[in-house]
Amino acid sequence: MTPPTQTLKQRPGADGPRGSGPLNTQDQALHTRTLPRFAPLGLLAAATAVSVGISLALGWNRAAMVVVAAILYLVAINLVSRSVENGRRATDRTVTGLVTIAFLIALLPLTTLLYTVLSNGLGALSGEFFSASMRNIIGEGGGIYHAIWGTLIVTGLATLMSVPIGVFTAIYLVEYGKGALARWITFLVDVMTGIPSIVAGLFAYALFVLFLGPGVRSGFGGAVALSVLMVPVVVRATEEMLKLVPNELREASYALGVPRWRTIVKVVLRTASAGIATGVTLAVARVIGETAPLLVIAGSTDSVNFNPFDGRMATLPVFTFYAYSEPGVPAEFSVERAWGAALVLILIVLVLNLIARLISRAYSPKTGR
Amino acid sequence: MIKTPLHRRTAAPLAAAVALGLGLSACSASNEESSGGSSESGSSSSSELSGTLSGAGSSAQEAAMAGWRKGFQEMHPDVTVNYDPVGSGGGREQFIAGESLGFAGSDAFLEGDELKKAQKRCGGDVVEIPAYVSPIAVIFNLPDVSELNLKPETIAGIFAGEITNWNDEAIAADNPDADLPDLDINPVHRSDESGTTDNFTSYLDATAPDIWTVGNIEVWPGKLGGEGADGTSGVVQSVQSGEGSIGYADASQAGDLGTASVGVGEEFVSYTPEAAAKVLEASSQTEGRGETDLAYDLARDTTESGVYPIVLVSYQIACPEYSDPKQAELTKAFLEFAISKEGQAASADSAGSAPIPSSVAEKAQTALDAIKTS
Amino acid sequence: MADSSNELTRPVKRLGDRIFSGTALGAGVLILVTLAGVGLFLTIEGLPGFTADSSATQPADNFVGLAGPLVFGTVLSATLALMLAVPLAVGVALFISHYAPRRLSQGLGYLVDLLAAVPSVVYGLWGIIFLAPKLVPIYRWLENNVGWIPFFSGPTLASGRNMATVAVVLAVMILPIITAICREIFLQTPTLHEEAALALGATRWEMIRMAVFPYGRSGIVSAAMLGLGRALGETLAVTLVLSPAILYSFNFIGAQNPSTIASNIALQFPEASGLEVSVLIATGLVLFLITFVVNFAARAVVNRRSEFSGAN
Repeated sequence: MTPPTQTLKQRPGADGPRGSGPLNTQDQALHTRTLPRFAPLGLLAAATAVSVGISLALGWNRAAMVVVAAILYLVAINLVSRSVENGRRATDRTVTGLVTIAFLIALLPLTTLLYTVLSNGLGALSGEFFSASMRNIIGEGGGIYHAIWGTLIVTGLATLMSVPIGVFTAIYLVEYGKGALARWITFLVDVMTGIPSIVAGLFAYALFVLFLGPGVRSGFGGAVALSVLMVPVVVRATEEMLKLVPNELREASYALGVPRWRTIVKVVLRTASAGIATGVTLAVARVIGETAPLLVIAGSTDSVNFNPFDGRMATLPVFTFYAYSEPGVPAEFSVERAWGAALVLILIVLVLNLIARLISRAYSPKTGR
Repeated sequence: MIKTPLHRRTAAPLAAAVALGLGLSACSASNEESSGGSSESGSSSSSELSGTLSGAGSSAQEAAMAGWRKGFQEMHPDVTVNYDPVGSGGGREQFIAGESLGFAGSDAFLEGDELKKAQKRCGGDVVEIPAYVSPIAVIFNLPDVSELNLKPETIAGIFAGEITNWNDEAIAADNPDADLPDLDINPVHRSDESGTTDNFTSYLDATAPDIWTVGNIEVWPGKLGGEGADGTSGVVQSVQSGEGSIGYADASQAGDLGTASVGVGEEFVSYTPEAAAKVLEASSQTEGRGETDLAYDLARDTTESGVYPIVLVSYQIACPEYSDPKQAELTKAFLEFAISKEGQAASADSAGSAPIPSSVAEKAQTALDAIKTS
Repeated sequence: MADSSNELTRPVKRLGDRIFSGTALGAGVLILVTLAGVGLFLTIEGLPGFTADSSATQPADNFVGLAGPLVFGTVLSATLALMLAVPLAVGVALFISHYAPRRLSQGLGYLVDLLAAVPSVVYGLWGIIFLAPKLVPIYRWLENNVGWIPFFSGPTLASGRNMATVAVVLAVMILPIITAICREIFLQTPTLHEEAALALGATRWEMIRMAVFPYGRSGIVSAAMLGLGRALGETLAVTLVLSPAILYSFNFIGAQNPSTIASNIALQFPEASGLEVSVLIATGLVLFLITFVVNFAARAVVNRRSEFSGAN
């Protein structure tokens, strides 16, 4: 329902009034004067120049320079606009500046983080890194083959468990649920979203200790812990998507005599599937990097383990943590592997995200935005 | 049957992920296959050992374990040794709980209730041997000071927050030649519960009880102040990042940082593996224990010349009897390797540990002989 | 066979329907059971911890002495992170939904989502190796110039391990989730409301204030609460970045900072045994209860607000 929104909005850089003359009677003139288009850019350049000047004079570093330039710009655009245009415009322009700055600030951690990981981890990537485990490796060499498999198995199992539970719960809430039970489930799913990951790990640990004795470690336990974290995310995402399915579709299906469950499967889920797939993939992306619960229940090993029900299983996040915090001698190789594993982990998540978006784009019905 | 688009769509990324994994190589890791192959030509064919041995416990031992496991697994390609660094307490707990573990690694020897329970589990005396001696270095970061002498009282004063500046008289008195700056001392400690903290404070408690009043602790109390950092790597990183910092860490991780010489008697001893190993020789065995139970009361306050007293000694705990003969065989063979010359060299390589003195190794071997194999 | 009088308006109940609805109900109930299981287990395993003596609650004398500062640190760090993240997230969401060129906005949203893809260990590594040293000059400046404010009394550590750094790292970590929700909500503002505001001659900012914010308020609150939940439970990033102690302190840039529950568990659990484990699990239960209360409050707020805002 949202698509036309954007087209009617003013575009940046076209801030001029263009017919949207203020109806505010306090503004005497029908046309207020407006700043020329290049004014913001010009002011920005001026602010930067002044800031660079001050910085050079006082010997500040670059960070301080940028901050000062930003503040100067905001003050300048406000004052100039206030004197040439009016107070409301001035506020508007200042907010535009602030919002843009907010976005740029948000990009800072992303770029520096990617840079840090890339510059530290890229050197670790090699054929051996992807094809070898850490068995019998000391110092240089070795790889994350075992951890990649562990992550795929643990996360895959968690997905296999969470998706049916999550999707069916969402179906219950949206299609069937009424009354106190549904309200409670909705509420508790919210609570579950807030379960700290380490608590989920402790829960899984206790559950398996109960059955298998102390010191239990298994990939499946890790999958259970991750499921606790994943289910609420899947429920939430699916719920939202199911709610978006227009009732007319359901009614049309009922009108054709289609049973309710087939209506849900064939009409409702089908319509919502792209959204659900996206939600699920994002949920996977959320849990695939979880370290704390896996530290507690899945443990760490240096060999490949394909059996999630027996013995500890290395995963990329835990591998990263241990490779950094328990590097052995000499430390630099292990630390490099830690960064390499972190890089691989991020790449996997990126690929997952990308796949989700491609699917969502390819399958999404015409209603997509 | 219900072929919903949902299934198709969630399956796709999964399938892709699995395909990605499969594409990496065949089923097992490249080095794991090759290790089996190469060892046939490499090591002798005398190895009849096979199977899996599991141990758990001290995380301080993990790096050493990596060395021992590598050496042992290369000697016996059909054997897999797992070691789970769950912590000393957890290792003892699991060892007592049952036979899932062949041995436990522990930074402290068994005492009291735990000892009784372990004896019950073993059906007799416990086999307990010191196999890992790791010097703990006092690392510091001072611009123009490469050598630093510190008396135990001074170290205690620094970490207790009583000596706060590097030009303090107590430090200057022991370092007449050093150019000590007028700089605040930033003592860095482990923020996690660790055997390193345990042993370091045990040393301070033994040598400077008047100044170090909080006793032997595993978790740093907030009232002492100072910076807390996670793990050895965290402490090293913190000390590296700030001039005037001082901390304690496994000597092998000290890197380029200066390490202090510690006052023993009238002299100052800098850490070397040999000096650290001498602690065991200078110490006496704990009384009232079985012949196979080699627990040492470490002589932290020794005045013997050339001994570096800040060490972490970690034990291997095993039973003389196992219901599974294979487990007995593997446990015995692995621990024998660990205390052998090659084993100690391997752990020195992988963890920078100090070799146990030969006199101790002999006693340990005698203790291991008590493990019955069919 | 038709079972009710209004069979014309309802689809006929069939076996498939019963199985299907039963499965759906079962899934819902399973969630209740799981959650009950989490609470139950934590209580059972943690119960001895509440009455543990000083031997298991090192370095505090008893459980309250340990848990009190931990709760304080947990709430403090999460609150600080929220104070940093929410304004920024709203700004970023606005930029993406209403300011950036339409062609770019989806890509930009994706960029911010990337932040959510980064595992918490990596945030921890980045925080201590890259970020903390960069922030130290700021802390030094604060300490030297406004050190009389208790928040900034220092002393600054050269490694930058302190509450302020933790707050920044946590803020970065919860930024994407808050941004993503706010963005979605802002994009769903009814077009008519926006156009009406613009037609009245409102500037873009006035339009946002009049049309977008009122509509999205409950969404912003719930996004913030979700972020708060994440920040409360974040473990490894705090573990790697903080110089912790068991104490109460409002000094954000000092050497000793109140630790958080999750971080304390991660630090002590690996070497804990016996009663110590119970104590840690008991603190885990406390954390669980805190997140429970936060979510409860969040829902109450969202439900109340939604009546006015017209959301949903």
